[in-house]
Amino acid sequence: MLKQTEGSHAVAEAVALCRPEVICAYPISPQTHIVEGLGEMVKAGEVANCEFINVESEFAAMSVAIGSSATGARTYTATASQGLLFMVEAVYNAAGLGLPIVMTVANRAIGAPINIWNDHSDSLSQRDCGWIQLFAETNQEALDLHIQAFKLAEEVSLPVMVCMDGFILTHAYERVDVPTQEQVDAFLPPYEPRQVLDPKEPVSIGAMVGPEAFSEVRYLAHAKQMQALERIPQLAEQFKAVFGRDSGGLTHSYLIDDAETVVVAMGSVLGTIKDTVDEMRREGQRIGVLGITSYRPFPLDSVRAALQNAQRVVVLEKSLAVGIGGILSTDVRMAMSGLQLHGHTVVAGLGGRAITRKSLRGLFGKAIRGELGHLTFLDLDWNVVNKQLERERTKRRSGPAAESMLRDIGVVAARIG
Amino acid sequence: MDKPFAITLDPGSSLANRTGSWRTSRPVYLDRLPPCNKQCPAGEDIQGWLFHAESGDYESAWRHLTKDNPFPAIMGRVCYHTCEGACNRGQLDAPVGINSVERFLGDEALKRGWKLTPPTSESGKHVLIVGAGPSGMSAAYHLRRLGHRVTVQEAGPLLGGMMRFGIPKYRLPREVLEAEMQRVVDLGVTVKLGSKVENILATMQDGGFDAAFLAVGAHIGKRAMIPAGDAAKIIDAISLLRSMEGEEKPLLGRRVVVYGGGNTAIDVARTAKRMGAEPLIVYRRTREKMPAHDFEVEEALQEGIMVKWLSTIKQAHESSLTIEKMALDSKGFPQPTGEYETIEADSLVLALGQDVDLGLLEGVPGLEVSDGVVQVNANMMTGHAGIFAGGDMVPAERNVTVAIGHGKKAARNIDAWLRGEEYVAPPKHEVASFENLNTWYYADAPKTVRPMLDIIRRQSTFEEVQGGLDENNALFEARRCLSCGNCFECDNCYGVCPDNAVIKLGPGKRFEFNYDYCKGCGMCVAECPCGAIKMEAEEI
Amino acid sequence: MSFQPVHFYQTGTFTVGNRLLSAEERSVQANVERTNSLNSGHRACQGCGEALGARYAIDAAMNAARGRLIAANATGCLEVFSTPYPETSWQIPWIHSLFGNTAAIGTGIAAAIKVKRQKGQMDDVRVVAQGGDGGTTDIGFGCLSGMFERNDDVLYICYDNGGYMNTGVQRSSATPPAARTATTMPVGPEPGNVFGQGKFVPAIAMAHEIPYVATATVADLRDLEYKVTKAMGLRGARYIHILVPCPLGWGAASQDTIKLARLAKETGIFPVFEAEHGEVTGVLKIRRPQPVEEYLKLQKRYAHLFGKKPAVETIARLQAAADKNIRKYGLLDQEAN
Repeated sequence: MLKQTEGSHAVAEAVALCRPEVICAYPISPQTHIVEGLGEMVKAGEVANCEFINVESEFAAMSVAIGSSATGARTYTATASQGLLFMVEAVYNAAGLGLPIVMTVANRAIGAPINIWNDHSDSLSQRDCGWIQLFAETNQEALDLHIQAFKLAEEVSLPVMVCMDGFILTHAYERVDVPTQEQVDAFLPPYEPRQVLDPKEPVSIGAMVGPEAFSEVRYLAHAKQMQALERIPQLAEQFKAVFGRDSGGLTHSYLIDDAETVVVAMGSVLGTIKDTVDEMRREGQRIGVLGITSYRPFPLDSVRAALQNAQRVVVLEKSLAVGIGGILSTDVRMAMSGLQLHGHTVVAGLGGRAITRKSLRGLFGKAIRGELGHLTFLDLDWNVVNKQLERERTKRRSGPAAESMLRDIGVVAARIG
Repeated sequence: MDKPFAITLDPGSSLANRTGSWRTSRPVYLDRLPPCNKQCPAGEDIQGWLFHAESGDYESAWRHLTKDNPFPAIMGRVCYHTCEGACNRGQLDAPVGINSVERFLGDEALKRGWKLTPPTSESGKHVLIVGAGPSGMSAAYHLRRLGHRVTVQEAGPLLGGMMRFGIPKYRLPREVLEAEMQRVVDLGVTVKLGSKVENILATMQDGGFDAAFLAVGAHIGKRAMIPAGDAAKIIDAISLLRSMEGEEKPLLGRRVVVYGGGNTAIDVARTAKRMGAEPLIVYRRTREKMPAHDFEVEEALQEGIMVKWLSTIKQAHESSLTIEKMALDSKGFPQPTGEYETIEADSLVLALGQDVDLGLLEGVPGLEVSDGVVQVNANMMTGHAGIFAGGDMVPAERNVTVAIGHGKKAARNIDAWLRGEEYVAPPKHEVASFENLNTWYYADAPKTVRPMLDIIRRQSTFEEVQGGLDENNALFEARRCLSCGNCFECDNCYGVCPDNAVIKLGPGKRFEFNYDYCKGCGMCVAECPCGAIKMEAEEI
Repeated sequence: MSFQPVHFYQTGTFTVGNRLLSAEERSVQANVERTNSLNSGHRACQGCGEALGARYAIDAAMNAARGRLIAANATGCLEVFSTPYPETSWQIPWIHSLFGNTAAIGTGIAAAIKVKRQKGQMDDVRVVAQGGDGGTTDIGFGCLSGMFERNDDVLYICYDNGGYMNTGVQRSSATPPAARTATTMPVGPEPGNVFGQGKFVPAIAMAHEIPYVATATVADLRDLEYKVTKAMGLRGARYIHILVPCPLGWGAASQDTIKLARLAKETGIFPVFEAEHGEVTGVLKIRRPQPVEEYLKLQKRYAHLFGKKPAVETIARLQAAADKNIRKYGLLDQEAN
């Protein structure tokens, strides 16, 4: 059914259609509307046989999820940013125990300085935790990916994060096609756990494993993600068969067949990039786009195949690996291993900084002209940065950097859009 | 289920880890000797029979008890129960009332008509027993149970010996005595009353006996050299008590002086009181030095019996006595003071001890007599092969319980001797001391007091002074037993083992250690209430 | 009403079993059919109070739940010694997740069970979450408090041995004053753990007004089983705090584990009571009062109090703390004294 709705609510509806059995809720922007929506639906009786639990922290949220998932319940939670970091120990644990929890991460920057706006620092910080991470480009895809996520998680016994850009998607009202319960039921069978806490067949879950078997256990976690790598495109196919939409999969490519320049990115920014690319194509530039949906497992082969005919690649990412540059770029460059093409990392949109078509046009133009460096911070205000660096060079007690720079800029929210 | 590798494990898999290899010392179960058992002159397994009584199985308790002593109803009245003095519970609150439970069991048996267990086979041997007192009848019982033919020859007219002629009936009702004697006779023991053995060798030869057990009591009262006028009425205590059993009661007059400080003196004084006299005990030392049991002295005093301490009788007249006051010297011995006084007395009873009539032993080769008693070896055998002796006529403390113990011990030795063997007692277990116990686990429970006859009736009748326990009380009292040194299946070891290394074998079967998993922590030893487990070093 | 001991049956209910009692009056531990939830072959130290306490408690819970029980377990000794790959000592469905989230794991299990029951896919299975004092009073306290305030249907059992024994005996918020640990060494002007710190989580649990809070020790099995059974008969959040002496961490002889627990209770150092909805409803009275020295001197963690020059003042402070417990909880029965 087509409806105009908020991204968060669309996701809540999708999760509800997946017949979740336990939902753990803890508020943190910009995820909050999702669990609020679910809470309302559970309370109203629209989601049958579901426990909605208001926990006391994200750490508890993931812990409750571990308990319920290990007892065979389809379990869902959502978080963002600091919340994800607060639950990290349990995040790793859920993956280590092979529990198919589905969690929405409404991507948001990580402090300090505290910042509630969107970038990908939070989920990317968890790239090695063992979870599958799927990135949504649109609200429709966010909705669809949740339905696929439950099926994928339960098939391979791994938890899945569905990552959607905070505010940009979560708070955007758009038209989405909400599937029917029959469609979802046709796609997603009831959860059949691989292991479960059951007095009829008691097992001990969570043993202490020493050097004699730890590597094997870790390898098996990797092997499961490799299985997921195969399953993700198949599930997208199945999904299309039932729902009639292309959603999910490992990557989405756009106009790359003849592209000399390929822009790689994740999430909602792909829309702006595609619009920019369309403009530049009209001007005769051979430029295309590769969107990455499956960040973990990372589709090395797909990425490589998409890039092998290009001359240069621009990885535009909403994250920063402090001290080296890009996070996504590192993985992309691993996929490019042996390919002779120029690679550029562009760090953009941190903490909600708007990524405009104008900036992208300039950026891609520089790349095509061979003027772009290896690492670029898009739209960085060098005046502010240099002033602060100077302050710190000259004055021992230079004060808090963020606050000083805000004073320099003058208008706090001037660049947020 | 197809479980994830390593992180998910099947239940019970830890049994593959034999933690017993950690152990440097191991617990082992043992039976220690309870102090009551060790103390009992009759060799009763007191803890053993209390164990059955604790569960209310009185017949099993009685059967267990009578394996060692066939006279619990008598014991429950006249035994001085030194076991209770040894009882570890005495260090906790008050000793278990063993004697009162024993009496309850004895009375219960009489009430229910329980019979002693007859022998299962006959040996064909014939043993002569001289004397139907406690020692003789005890021996008769044990020998009979061992399958031997037994003939008891008793000089007196009735069974019981000193139990009848030395113990007043207010302490031991005669129907109780007779019932327990008869029960032994019912096992097939031949008894010849009024049949004094004048010469043991001749009697044995005439009767074709294979062995003999001599158990002649000390029936001859000792006399003291007291100058006395012709008219003075002087009688010995044992004669007095014996005459109480006859039709004609002795005439003692109103003012009866009893001379002596032993239990017999007390018995005589209390008997006189019940006959309407005003007895006065004269004793040369103090109450603390009196050989009589304190509770008997106490009961006598309660009944109004007067005692003149630190006094000796110098002369007896028709109706008075001359007394010399004594004083204790620095070593506690009484010394004459030269101070005299006269007291009125219609009669004087001498309770100065008894001797045994050893006339039947004259001319027996090898037999040795010294200090008026027959010498026996560790096997109760006299210097003459095949002739054993016990009770008052051998060197030992003289009381009923000791005599009964002699009877049992002699019977075992006679039995072995008849088979050409020597009886070897099983080695005694180490004693269960108070330190071996963990008394935390025992319920707090004060001793049950037995009912006593009211004082007026005690002064005027021969009714039994001390009552028995009813069933509830007896059960309670039995359950005060700490079961020292012997497992009573409290399950503590089974429960407190952090490693489940104790196997419970089921009711009556106790426990076993599973040394595959026992780490040797010693908790079972520390928490065993009764000290029935100990640690032993592992040989590594 | 607190646990009612049976009188006058030789050992009454002081011992684990008693052949003189009827089968239904006997303890779970006396039964040969007991679950042995924590089975032989575990790697706990000799005389481990926690291994004993865990089997006591979980067997009782299993008995009360008729075998339908799931346990969540915090990281710590109990977890490490019971489930090193490839062997587990647990005979019940059991999960270990993390050090600090066990109460929340319990919440999740209970939530799943509730849903599965609604769907008719599961019997009435009960949930126990358990951990040591570190996992309960320190790192797991947030999740514990959350579980309490939501009144989730979980019985949480804390096995309190007064420190982080698994990591080598460090101080926790349950370490008693003056005790030596690796992080409160007996040096300086005030040796051992400082006075005036730490927390008594049973009292904090009571402040949540949850249906049931109780303390127990491994020295009073019947009281412990009574409390676990009572807790299992209730719904909602329940908390039982069991004192489990640690031979290693306390520097005590392995056979003295139960003795020490008994002395902790008898001296008043560890009050044994139960509370419903925030109010104390019963206490286990002191039976044979003892001075605190009797408890302290058996433990090397207090050895610095009994040197050549005994720390009389420190011992007096510990005695005062015990006396305060006695007053506060009414641990002395006036009739018995």
